[in-house]
Amino acid sequence: MINTPKINRRSFVIGTAAVGAGLTLGLKIPFGASVVRAQDGSPEINAWVVIRPDDTVVVRVARSEMGQGTITGLAQMVAEELEADWSKVTTEYPTPGQSVARKRPWGNFSTGGSRGIRESNEYVRKGGATARVMLVQAAANAWGVPATECTAANSVITHKPTGRTITYGKVAEAAAKLTPPAEVALKDPKEWKLIGKSIKRLDTIDKVTGAQVYGFDLKLPGMLNAAIKECPVFGGKVKSFEAAKVASMPGVKHVVPVGDSAVAVVAETWWEAKKALDALPIVWDEGPNAKVSSATIADTLKEGLDAEQAFVRTNVGDAKGTFAGAVKKVEAVYAYPFQNHAPMEPMNATAKYTADKCEVWVPTQNGEAAFAATLAASGLPADKCEVYKINLGGGFGRRGAFHDYVTQAVRIAKQVPGTPVKLLWSREEDMVQGRYHPVMQAKMRGGLDANGNLVALHMRLSGQSILAAVFPQNLQDGRDNATFQGVDPSGDFTLGYTVPNLLIDHAMRNTHVPPGFWRGVNINQNAIFLECFMDELAAAAGQDALEFRRKLMSKHPKHLAVLNAVADRAGWGKAAPAGVHRGLAHMMAFGSYVAACAEVSVTGDKVKVRRIICATDPGYAVNPAQIERQIAGSFVYGLSAVFMEECTVKNGAIEQTNFNTYDSMKIAQMPKVESIIMPSGGFWGGVGEPTICVAAPAVLNAMARATGKRVRTFPLKNHGYTMV
Amino acid sequence: MARLTINGKSLDLKVDPSTPLLWAIREQAGLTGTKYGCGVAMCGSCTVHLDGKAVRSCVVPVSVAEGKQVTTIEGLASGSTLHKVQKAWVDLDVPQCGYCQAGMIMAVAALLKDKPKPTDADIDAGITNICRCGTFQQVREAIHAAAKA
Repeated sequence: MINTPKINRRSFVIGTAAVGAGLTLGLKIPFGASVVRAQDGSPEINAWVVIRPDDTVVVRVARSEMGQGTITGLAQMVAEELEADWSKVTTEYPTPGQSVARKRPWGNFSTGGSRGIRESNEYVRKGGATARVMLVQAAANAWGVPATECTAANSVITHKPTGRTITYGKVAEAAAKLTPPAEVALKDPKEWKLIGKSIKRLDTIDKVTGAQVYGFDLKLPGMLNAAIKECPVFGGKVKSFEAAKVASMPGVKHVVPVGDSAVAVVAETWWEAKKALDALPIVWDEGPNAKVSSATIADTLKEGLDAEQAFVRTNVGDAKGTFAGAVKKVEAVYAYPFQNHAPMEPMNATAKYTADKCEVWVPTQNGEAAFAATLAASGLPADKCEVYKINLGGGFGRRGAFHDYVTQAVRIAKQVPGTPVKLLWSREEDMVQGRYHPVMQAKMRGGLDANGNLVALHMRLSGQSILAAVFPQNLQDGRDNATFQGVDPSGDFTLGYTVPNLLIDHAMRNTHVPPGFWRGVNINQNAIFLECFMDELAAAAGQDALEFRRKLMSKHPKHLAVLNAVADRAGWGKAAPAGVHRGLAHMMAFGSYVAACAEVSVTGDKVKVRRIICATDPGYAVNPAQIERQIAGSFVYGLSAVFMEECTVKNGAIEQTNFNTYDSMKIAQMPKVESIIMPSGGFWGGVGEPTICVAAPAVLNAMARATGKRVRTFPLKNHGYTMV
Repeated sequence: MARLTINGKSLDLKVDPSTPLLWAIREQAGLTGTKYGCGVAMCGSCTVHLDGKAVRSCVVPVSVAEGKQVTTIEGLASGSTLHKVQKAWVDLDVPQCGYCQAGMIMAVAALLKDKPKPTDADIDAGITNICRCGTFQQVREAIHAAAKA
């Protein structure tokens, strides 16, 4: 169980938040010679590892589990260096309030950008290694022997010369009193026993019995339930509402304004709250945004496709001039819509407020951001606030940078002091109050020489910036580098092609619809724009799609390796079964190299995605079975998006209000997914997101081959295509 | 007031009979394994058994469930022995976030009652639950494994 953070317990805590990593992160690790005592008298030091007297190893994980398997993967890494008995490993979340009070010993809580393992691998491994060294030292001290004569394995310390043994639980308290070593060596990857193994998840059983408590399931004594409606036109406000009309409805306790843009009904049960909210007359002041529609937004983006001014990310050679003089010119305009996250668990948060304390229970991808929202909304200082992370029913980015539901819950709770209030959004509220996948268009221009070589490429993006809306401080001279995910000149999102004249730029066209990070975010459309256009260029050059790409990839061997892997497995170049067509795509994202080969049949407007072969090189593969699941799952999210999902804007508001108009794949539509996990070592790439982006372009390229028609605007349902 | 039989227990619940069964199960009976996902019978997260048949409890009024046997995910196992579907789910590590899985498991358990050895086509036709994590590949494998158990 990981949903109930308990720090005060009768167990021993070993301070292991590696000093070196702490310094790297700019963290101050308050190690000390004296053991901090918890309320129950147990010795505590800031800790990744807790060892109970019964030898249970509790690994504290700051990142959030939302299905991606990160708590299992991170625990594997700690346990690897700790030499822990895996059968005794469990995990728990530290709280953000404790983290702040202790000067952030657990580092970053943010769980997004596929960073869980790739960003924290070093300090969690050092955490495990530090704990092991201290446990061994404690045993050596007890025996009066040099620590160098002792070894640790499976949570047992052995004194080699005498064969004496002792378990971790027996020496934990003594170990907790030791000064941690300043330096610890990490294992060579060749020595790994747990990392790299397809160990089963730690958190499955409660998910099949109904016992797992999600934020939505929380029960607190005396708790009331709230339903909320915010002005459906973004930026609009509440003009008035008639509380008296619903005040006498069953269960209703309070009808309250929430900020200046929302109204909530607080009732004994949520169903009563929702019924009253549905009956509540609310007049909105929709403001000027009520004039905005999908058509006006599309016009704004279209203008950006040829605008003079744009933020330049990559400018090599003379792309425009070379294109103008090219033997063959290929040009295409693509467009990608707003999309909602729609995690299965709608947004929710539970808050309890008094003048002395504000507590929030919330499923969040970033406990610290939830904590910050709690502070701001409550007006209380950090030492009077606390956030308890509860299990997430999906996140996909909606629960990371945004805690509007936390702000709302606290604002409601402030009006009902002393009473815990659980705020739950209806699915309808979730659909119309999203932080949407940004809307984007692209004009792709490619110039070929007489031999069909790509000599110029200009990728002009026009559309929304997430950073401008969410983290404007992260813009670089106004430019949003996140817009260019997957087509960067270097780093974790490096473009896999070398083109002698290359221009990639972005005409930023922001809208009133709030954008947000979304599984993969900008790699989704960038992969479609780039990899579909590559097929268009190959066709114009009269060349095979794989061979055309390979000629541009000699300087990108890791990109090429994953592309070759899927092509080889699929038998690219050999005849496919009758009626089956293949398509390829590849990309680098979040530090991993990914590629896909899709096999598709199209009958009329019915599209059957039969099989997708996916290859990923994440550097190190901590848990291959979980990586396979992330690949298959990411394809469901990515293919649902490209086939079915679009949030359209009418009179300033999102039109889709539930899964009947915003559909998602079912099991019947699931292709067979074959994964090739090919870690080449030496780097740590992400897993949860990278592969999402290659499914759609691989399928689209196969569809174009099947139909002879290229679709360039999405979702595919707008062209009559359905997934069967 | 309404009298419901949930997981074999007869309960007198203070609830309006027009209330969807989902909310009576969660808010009056206090069983939170059954989830809300859409409220309009589109996603299947709220699937329970009514006299052994899978229903989407978010659109079934309490009045319809009165006099019938309601089984939720909490009542699927026999004591501490997991139902074969739950066991297959554990063996094959099916859930990701897990939120939709109670509904998925209940739908599968009902399917296997009707079709003990379902074909892939039976599964495609019978299981229409939404899973945003995308566990379908493991779900299919686990259904076949449960059918063999």
